[in-house]
Amino acid sequence: MSTASNGISLDHQIIVEIVGQSSSVLDLGCGDGELLSILVREKNVKAQGIEIDDKAIFDCVARGLSVFHDDIDSGLSDYEDKSFDFVILNQSFQQVKKPDTVLKEALRVGKKVIIGIPNFAHINARFQIFFRGRTPVTGALPYKWHDTPNLHFLSILDFVNYCKQRNITVEEAYFVGSGKKVALFPNLFAQTGIFLISGGSKPAAEDSPERNSNGQRR
Amino acid sequence: MVRRDKSVGIVETQYYTFANSPSELELESGEKFGPITLAYETYGKLNSEKSNAILIHHALTGDAHAAGFHPGDKDPGWWDNMVGPGKAFDTDYYFIICSNVLGGCKGSTGPASINPLTGRPYGLQFPVITIKDMVNAQRYLIDYLGIEKLLTVVGGSMGGMQALQWVVSYPDRVRSAIPVATTANHSPQQIAFNEVGRQAIMADPNWNEGDYYGKELPAKGLSVARMVGHITYMSDVSMSEKFGRKFKNTKQPFKFSPEFEVEGYLQYRGDNFIKRFDPNSYLYITKAIDYFDLANGTGLREVFKGITAPFLIIAFKSDWLYPAYQSQEIARACKLAGIDAIYCELNSNYGHDAFLVEVDEQAHLIKYFLKRVAGGLGVIDEHSV
Repeated sequence: MSTASNGISLDHQIIVEIVGQSSSVLDLGCGDGELLSILVREKNVKAQGIEIDDKAIFDCVARGLSVFHDDIDSGLSDYEDKSFDFVILNQSFQQVKKPDTVLKEALRVGKKVIIGIPNFAHINARFQIFFRGRTPVTGALPYKWHDTPNLHFLSILDFVNYCKQRNITVEEAYFVGSGKKVALFPNLFAQTGIFLISGGSKPAAEDSPERNSNGQRR
Repeated sequence: MVRRDKSVGIVETQYYTFANSPSELELESGEKFGPITLAYETYGKLNSEKSNAILIHHALTGDAHAAGFHPGDKDPGWWDNMVGPGKAFDTDYYFIICSNVLGGCKGSTGPASINPLTGRPYGLQFPVITIKDMVNAQRYLIDYLGIEKLLTVVGGSMGGMQALQWVVSYPDRVRSAIPVATTANHSPQQIAFNEVGRQAIMADPNWNEGDYYGKELPAKGLSVARMVGHITYMSDVSMSEKFGRKFKNTKQPFKFSPEFEVEGYLQYRGDNFIKRFDPNSYLYITKAIDYFDLANGTGLREVFKGITAPFLIIAFKSDWLYPAYQSQEIARACKLAGIDAIYCELNSNYGHDAFLVEVDEQAHLIKYFLKRVAGGLGVIDEHSV
């Protein structure tokens, strides 16, 4: 992920913009805690992470963060409904064993969920599959087939349809290419999609984000 | 390896006596008990705001001597690898206190102490004590030292129980808690192992209903209790690595004398234990551990309600005596009670003993957790840690 002049990557910048001042945030698969520590610094959030990798936990603790050594697939059931203003699943959703259960749980414990996914239908990926017959390796999907932590491969369109089917409201959608936001045909040109979602029981939103060509708040 | 250059150096045990008649300590049982002496050691300097004090709690057979050397000793205190200049509990910044528990036999009042009413050791006249009683006694010591609020309370195993009890009993007097390899309530399996130890002691004819002071000691019973204990402190892997199926060097005619190295080790540890531990103390303290149930019938989450102190909860993967699920229960209650908490399950082959020997990762977590807790109190130079 490319990095802007302030040292914060574009996907992190987008998430920092979404998250409200002094809100409570649960980051599922928080990794080394980089995003959470930016959120603490920039938005004074009450931060909690869940992470499975112990080395990453040591980094989180060194950053002064609170983190639970746990599996995202099972670590959410203890929380009460709407315990957090925001639940973040940045680049971790495609790595969980049961995405359905995890997203349902995330939407239960969080008032809103911010989810960042790598787009499997990016033009580079399509090119590699179609012309070269190889499993794609791109900026957002940097792993070879044999060492990838990703268990699920989805496109931006897949995710949008998925939300529709489950009456999940996509409140905001952002699309990131290499180092810049993508305005046109995000399912083709965006490496990453970042969505602010809520609900799960209410009727589906009428329009879908792939028509939202400017990537701005809708 | 012991590095004296990073040591707190020569240390001395101190004593504080309180609960003199008629202000005896009311025990959880309702009985009034006193006078009580607590043996304690301190390392580092208490700052003028008295905001840098950390109370370390020892486990079942530990004592107040957590760090440094007693004059003439070649071995340092039991947590010397964690306490000292530049270590996890950095004595350059923090004032560390460690006291021997009530009921102990290393300088604090316990069953081997002289009962002032009879002039003889208490033996089984000593009252039933609980983890809560140990903590209440420590509170007197902390009052005496003039400390209003402890920066953290920390301990492994039974020490972790005391740390948890401190937060629950005195939520306004602790800024944070570090329970390590511990539980919020003792499980039937844990009680069962303790009971085997107690039965071994009581089956020794020398035990004599606890009245053995000045006579032949129930050394064999205590030895067996210690052997069982040691087995539960290690792991299958650590025992395989340490002993394998190796035989001892000295071959003797077959008479069920120790042949395997593991047998020799356990017997050696068991037989030496009588030199430093009172069998009655072992009975009383294991019972206190067995009684420990922080939630006391209600939910742990209810007990944690209103606590603002952040927790650092550490468990070890190979610890089967205090399995990680017990630490996870504490972490879960923190989640539900809204307590700011870190939970980490560390890789180690050492079993329950890991909290004493697995230093690096534990030290990392504790060092940075303390840095955060101490932030804004002027305790540490924020840029140097």
